[in-house]
Amino acid sequence: MIVAEQKPIEEIMEYISPYNRILLVGCNECVTVCAAGGRKEVGILSSALQMAFMKEGKTLEVKEITLERQCDPEYVEELVTHIDQAEVVLSMACGCGVQEIARRFSAKLVFPALNTKFMGASERQGVWAERCQGCGDCILGLTGGICPVARCSKRLLNGPCGGSTGGNCEISKDVDCVWNIIWERLKSLGMEDRYEEVMTAKDWRPSWHGGPRKIIREDLAE
Amino acid sequence: MKTESKLEKVLASGQLAVTSECGPPRGARPEKVREKTEMLKGCVDAINVTDNQTAMVRMSSFAACIIIKQMGLDPILQMVSRDRNRLAMQSDIIGAYAHGINTMLCLSGDHTHFGDHPMAVSVYDIDSVQAIQMVKKMRDEGKFQGGGDIDTPPKMFIGAAANPFADPFELRVARLAKKVNAGVDFIQTQCIYNLDKFEIWMKGVCDRGLDKKVSILAGITPMKSVGMAKYMKNRVPGMDVPDELIKRMAGVPKEKQPEEGIKIAVESIERLKEVKGVAGFHIMAIEWEQKVRELVERAGLLPRPQL
Repeated sequence: MIVAEQKPIEEIMEYISPYNRILLVGCNECVTVCAAGGRKEVGILSSALQMAFMKEGKTLEVKEITLERQCDPEYVEELVTHIDQAEVVLSMACGCGVQEIARRFSAKLVFPALNTKFMGASERQGVWAERCQGCGDCILGLTGGICPVARCSKRLLNGPCGGSTGGNCEISKDVDCVWNIIWERLKSLGMEDRYEEVMTAKDWRPSWHGGPRKIIREDLAE
Repeated sequence: MKTESKLEKVLASGQLAVTSECGPPRGARPEKVREKTEMLKGCVDAINVTDNQTAMVRMSSFAACIIIKQMGLDPILQMVSRDRNRLAMQSDIIGAYAHGINTMLCLSGDHTHFGDHPMAVSVYDIDSVQAIQMVKKMRDEGKFQGGGDIDTPPKMFIGAAANPFADPFELRVARLAKKVNAGVDFIQTQCIYNLDKFEIWMKGVCDRGLDKKVSILAGITPMKSVGMAKYMKNRVPGMDVPDELIKRMAGVPKEKQPEEGIKIAVESIERLKEVKGVAGFHIMAIEWEQKVRELVERAGLLPRPQL
């Protein structure tokens, strides 16, 4: 899923303090699962902002809506009946959702309430970690199902580097050395030999480095 | 001979090679490079020039290498993949070779997290193993990494680093094998303080015959004080400083600790000379270049061969 977290309330306040009526839009997908921008968080942020306004002797009218998928034009269309009443939109979706609103409603300002962080998975209650960088040419089949592109701090394809210590990355004891994990995994699969195959320089064109990406499925595109 | 590298010649002659390093200044001070180089004159075969070490901005390795070259000595161009993509790396390699620099070291580099620009992009287009492949392809096939022909290819003697003390230890021989398969010519190791562990690693290296395919220079860093020893143990990732060594440094008065550090380094070199597969020494006297001559002399590594 896409993992996001809420921006500091002070930053959000800087965006919306000139206004009195906002449309606060959550999303029922990834950001709901990572507890950053679902219906519940929309309610909490709405209250927090109204209180912050009150403290400054002002009032804020918030219309709360949580869409099924904010990155999907079909659902963003549901905002049509509310958009005119609001001066601005505050989105609690990932960057994709924010941009979909900006695209659909060209005359309306939209602000992000979240920082979109990464594609990841839940490690345990309340903890999410990066798993994929969307490099566009998956190599998990060569690395025991563990990704060095997303999870090695130096993106080494032939790691581990000389800073790997006790299973931790050199940059922090809170970061796992992914090459340590890959090695343990290859061992448990009896595939130690795989390690010594040199992985050659990656072609980064399928990743962002080849320019903004788009997929056109001829069988589906209208 | 694959190259004109003096280091290659010394290693080919079968004599123990000696390299040291020069960390360039954090400013436009060519005289600093000259000062450090002057101290190393006549006591080493080649001088590594670090590339923004510990991710701190310094005079470029390339520029400092030229200064050393102009003094008639042999620089080793260190190049990390942290700061440059493959285009920038290859253009610098050609440029360096055009200035007579014929020996280099391929590294991934300390993460930007450690340095003075932690907010910078870490490039890591390729890793150190792939950098070795790239430089070898440039030299042996006359091709750029992207496949195009090079008009007059750079003939670099190719080095890389190895850290026998990082984890997982059982993987460290295999990691060296990867660099050998990629085509590395020589290796400079991380500073060796835990000699027992280094010997276990070297045995693994020799058992696989890797010592026949690559020249391994043992890394030596003399310690100036017990404080430095503790810092190395606790703060430098992938460094293995045994407690006995710290006790030994702590056991002498502060003013005698530098001498004790040199003594330990000399003893280490003497012991490592006997280890099968050790082809020379890489002396990293961090901001202590003035001690290299004494250390090399006391370790019986002078005079250096004239080739």
